[in-house]
Order: sequence, then C-alpha cells, then structure tokens
Amino acid sequence: MIDFVQLVVSGLATGAIYALVAIGFALLWQTSNAVNFAQGEFVMLPAFVVLALIKAFDLPLWLAAAIALVVAVVIMGGLFKRAIVDAILPQGAMTLAIATIGLAVAMKNGVRAGYSAEAHPFPALFPVEPIRILGVGFSLADIGALVLAGVAIGGLSLFLAHTLAGRQMQAAAQNRDAALSLGIDVDRMALYTFGINAALATVAALLVTPSYLAKFDMGESLGLYAFYAAIIGGFNRVLGALWGGLIVGVLSNLAGAYLSASYKDGFVLALLIVVILFRPEGLFGSSEERKV
Amino acid sequence: MNIVRIATVALAFATLASAPSFGQQTVRLTNVCELSGPGTTAGTLWRNGVNLAIKEINAQGGILGRKIEITTVDTQTKPDVAKSLAEKMLDEKPYVMLGPVFSGSVKVNMVVAEQAGIPQFMGGEAADLTLQGNPFLFRTAFSQATGMPKVAAWIANGLKAKTIALVWINNDFGKGGRDAVKRELAARGVNVVADISTEPAAADYAAAVVRAKQSGADALFAYLTEEESARLLIELRKQGYDKPIVGETTIMGQKVIELAGGAAEGVRGHVGLTVDAPVPLIQAFAKRYLDEYKSASDHNGMKGYTAVYFVKAVTEKLGKFDPKAFAAAMKGLKLSAKDHPGILMDVSFDDKGDIDRESFLVEVKNGKQTVIEVLPPLGKK
Repeated sequence: MIDFVQLVVSGLATGAIYALVAIGFALLWQTSNAVNFAQGEFVMLPAFVVLALIKAFDLPLWLAAAIALVVAVVIMGGLFKRAIVDAILPQGAMTLAIATIGLAVAMKNGVRAGYSAEAHPFPALFPVEPIRILGVGFSLADIGALVLAGVAIGGLSLFLAHTLAGRQMQAAAQNRDAALSLGIDVDRMALYTFGINAALATVAALLVTPSYLAKFDMGESLGLYAFYAAIIGGFNRVLGALWGGLIVGVLSNLAGAYLSASYKDGFVLALLIVVILFRPEGLFGSSEERKV
Repeated sequence: MNIVRIATVALAFATLASAPSFGQQTVRLTNVCELSGPGTTAGTLWRNGVNLAIKEINAQGGILGRKIEITTVDTQTKPDVAKSLAEKMLDEKPYVMLGPVFSGSVKVNMVVAEQAGIPQFMGGEAADLTLQGNPFLFRTAFSQATGMPKVAAWIANGLKAKTIALVWINNDFGKGGRDAVKRELAARGVNVVADISTEPAAADYAAAVVRAKQSGADALFAYLTEEESARLLIELRKQGYDKPIVGETTIMGQKVIELAGGAAEGVRGHVGLTVDAPVPLIQAFAKRYLDEYKSASDHNGMKGYTAVYFVKAVTEKLGKFDPKAFAAAMKGLKLSAKDHPGILMDVSFDDKGDIDRESFLVEVKNGKQTVIEVLPPLGKK
C-alpha cells in the first residue's frame, strides 16, 4: 500500500509536468487551430538557455530561469506565432503541423550543433532528499513539482476566469467571429496564448530537467507523452489536458511497477487507442462540429 | 639546354617535396562511433580519447614515420547506421577501424570489417561479441564474462548480500550483462529477487525503483548505459533508497558521477578502467585529457585512447602496415606499459580478441572513484 501511494504521488508529479505541456497543445489548438509538434523541444530549449546563462555568467538558478522565461515568451511565443504560425496556418492546419515537425528537428539539431550532443546535469529546483509523511516516504522534488505545476495551472485558470484578457481569450477560443464582432482583438489574444504556452513549457523544463538531464533530444518522449495526454483528456479543453496529463503520469507509473517497465509506453498507447475508439473527443473533451 | 633540364628536375623535386604525401606519408584510421542518440556520452568520450592519442602520436612522429589520419563518423547509436557507415568507410581501405562503443552496433558492423580483412578495436562489452570466431575483432575493455565474475564474487563475499535486485537496460549490452551476472550470482548463492528491465533512453525510473524497493533485496545491481545510470541514481536518491547500490563499470563512470551529482555517492562496484586508479600512467593520461577537453575522461575515453596506442604498439612490433599480419599478431599478444606507455597498463589478448589486465573495486566518494582494491588479471590468478 505504501508503495502504491508513493507510485501515485510520483506519477502525479510526472503527470503534472505532462499536463503543463499538454495544456499548451490545448491552448494553441483552441485559439489558432494549431497543433505544435515541437512542444517537447519548447521544453528542451529553455533548459539549455538556463544552462548557458549559468555557465556563461555564473547566474543563480532563479535569475537564469527568469531570463529564460522572458526569452522563451519572446522566441517560442511571439516569434513562433508571427514568423511560423501566421505565415503557414493559411495553408492549412496539416501544413502547419508538418512545419512544426520540421521546427522540432531544427531545434534539436541546432542545440546539438550549437551547444552539445551530450547530456548535462541540471540544477534541481527542489531538494532531492525524501521526507516521510505518516510513515510514507515522499520525494521533496516530486512534491515541489506538484506544487509548482499546480500554482502555474491554478494561476492560468484564475487568469482565464477572472481577468478581462482571460475572458477575451476564452471568447476568442470559443467563437472567433463572435469575438471579433464584439471588438475583441482576436489576434492579440492568440498571441497571449502562445506566450502562455511558452511560459508553461519553461516551468516544465525547470521541473523535469533535473531528473531527465539536459539533452538535445530530451523533448521527444516528453512531447509525445503530452500529446497522448492532450488526446486522452480532450484536446479542446484545458481541464481535459490537465486530467489527461495526470492520468498518463499515474497509469504509466503503475503499469511500470505492476506489469513491467518495458510495457509502460505500450500501456499508455493502448489507453490512447481505447479512448480514440470509444470517446474520440477525449475523456473530458466535448464534441465539436466543423464545416468541411 | 642543360640548364633547362636541371631547372625542370629541380622544379619537379620541389613540387613533390612540398606535397603532403612526399616524405610525410600517412596511415588512415576510421572511427565509427556514437556521437548522437542514447550513446552520445560514451561515443563522445571514446572519440575524445582516440583524438588525444592521435594528437600525441603525430606530435612524436606518427607510427613508423607515418602521421595518422582519422575519419570519424556518427552511428547515431543505430546499429543499421553503424553497419552502413562501416561499409562506406571500409571502401576507403583504412588500416584499422575503431569503434563502435555500443555492443548492438558492434554486433552488426563487425561482420563488415571481418569481410574486408580490417582489424577492429571496439568498445563493446557484451560477452558474445568475441565468441563468434571473428579473427579481426579486438576488445579495449573487459568482456562481461570477465568483469561479472569479479563483481559477483565481491557481492557474495565482500558485501555478503543474500538477495539482490537487478535493474538492467533492455539492449544487447544490458541483456548480456544481466545474463552473465545472474549466472555468476547464482553460482555464489545470491538470489535474484527482482529482475527489472528498462528501455534504452528511458527518462523516468520511478516505477523501476519502487519495484526494487518492494523486493526487499539486500542490494541493487544496476547495469545500464551512462545517461540511464545517472537518471536511475537520481530516482533512487529521490525515493530514499538506502540499500547498497552496486554496478559494473558504467554506473561508477566519471560521466555518470558528473550527471548524477550527489546521487552517485556511495555507489560501489568493479571497473576495468578508471582515471582514479593508483597508476601513474593513468593519472598522467587523466591530466592530459582534462587539459585538452576541460572535462574528465571516463573508461570510454581510456578505451578510445588505448585503442590507438594498441595500433601503434602492434604495428611497430610488426615493422610494417599489414592489416592481416596485424590481426594475426594480436593473438596471444602481451604488451607492457613500460615499453608502451600509451597503453597505460600491462595487457594481454587471448586468441578470441578478449583483453586481460588488472582491474579495480571502487566506491564513489566526494564525486570521485576511490579504489578499494586492485584485482589481478584473470590470467595471473
């Protein structure tokens, strides 16, 4: 039982990181009909920006992370939207999806050639040592990851629900034409969304890299798991992506422990297939009608 | 007329003399190793070791007066790429092929080198590589069949563990190691109570660690490649694993210590090569490597470095560049570090291409390997 609780907590921590990335998938899809297959690389890049800043200027982690956050919002938010999404999306969502696959390859190889192909240690945001609560040992890093991811997601929810910009973003996501007729600057709202996605990816980078190590291809499995999470939870709802991330994190941990570590990926893929077959809109998503 | 002739001949000699091939012949080596993918760490250190040795040898005049030329290519840690690259590189008729480091890649491209009749020094440790009768294949590190008995004996007699949890990587390297250590542990009465396979390039080891903890084993034996070893150690630390962590070579490697940081403290096991060995030649190598690359070498750097010096030593012994004679001369060869300092330690090769030399029991303390005991070569036991 103790092991089960540890597995669930550890899975929730990993799942919360998947959720941060999966929410990015959902946000971009809702506001721009864009599927960004470079989401995993959007996590990898801030990790290397942090490392480079620490190495070059001997900055403390918090300052390097803050600068990386700004850099990510500008490059992976603003620049990505203006230079890639706005330019390619008129050609169709599929064209953009393929372009983001190319972007992912370019980002990986850029970091590999420009920084290093090797794995690098990454400073931990939270202490690695475990603590015992009611006789059960928990990792402080896991608890810290859960709390920080919860704060990031909670902050996003509050922003969306209780600020004018947040409501305008929701309106733009729900009905672009109606939002336009109400005078909402839909393009600006979309830009905000891309910025938020970049910020969430940076938070995910800070949480996951101490365990995964900083490497140019570290985003591959992370992006894939987040994509599964977004589909399982519901691609068109932020809440769905959140639950999808947590479900994937916990179930893959349980499958790894009670079935076999080799079947972890297979178990998540099987779940993905079942969801697509029986509830294609995702466990928490809603059906959408589209003109074709 | 004579003046014109003399001037023409002089010009011809001058042109020839200025060409790099005149009076400065080269010997071509090829290095097929892992510079991207899961084997990046091992392959990069191997390549660095190779390049450092070549730099030193060329600075001293090369081999039999010829400078070494090296072409390095990246297998991407994919066996199919390793094979096609070997085919491509061997078309250029190198004198010797170096690499790969990963056993899975060696397994498929060693056939190509054998068919071409080119000697191959590789970094793979899977036991079956040298059991296939390939006369051109030579190790730079112990086979698992050599290393595992040593570590199993220490687990049973030194650590006095009765039960053990195995965590291994599901590739040729990991499977070979797991089979070898399981057999050796069973022979010494140590019971494997958890047999946990993990996937190459896996990032999350939470489930594997929980399974190891559930098993209640006296100790954990880990056999994974470098990055995976570091991630496992970090997860073990996160979950507060408090039993002894034991391994063979990789998990105590310098790169793993660098990646895992404090999580590597206290890990113990057997290593065939370590830059922290109490051997002056190795310590001098470690310093040169650090000066050259600004990072520490591990056993892979030493494997690559010694591979090139093996080529030099054997060629100088032969007195000629003849790949087939080279392979024949390797059988039963004994080399002394006193005569050939670049090989770092006295070594011997058997008729299968397996290597034998002293090895070490180590513990990670303060971010370094600390040698607990020096073990003699198997041939001296």
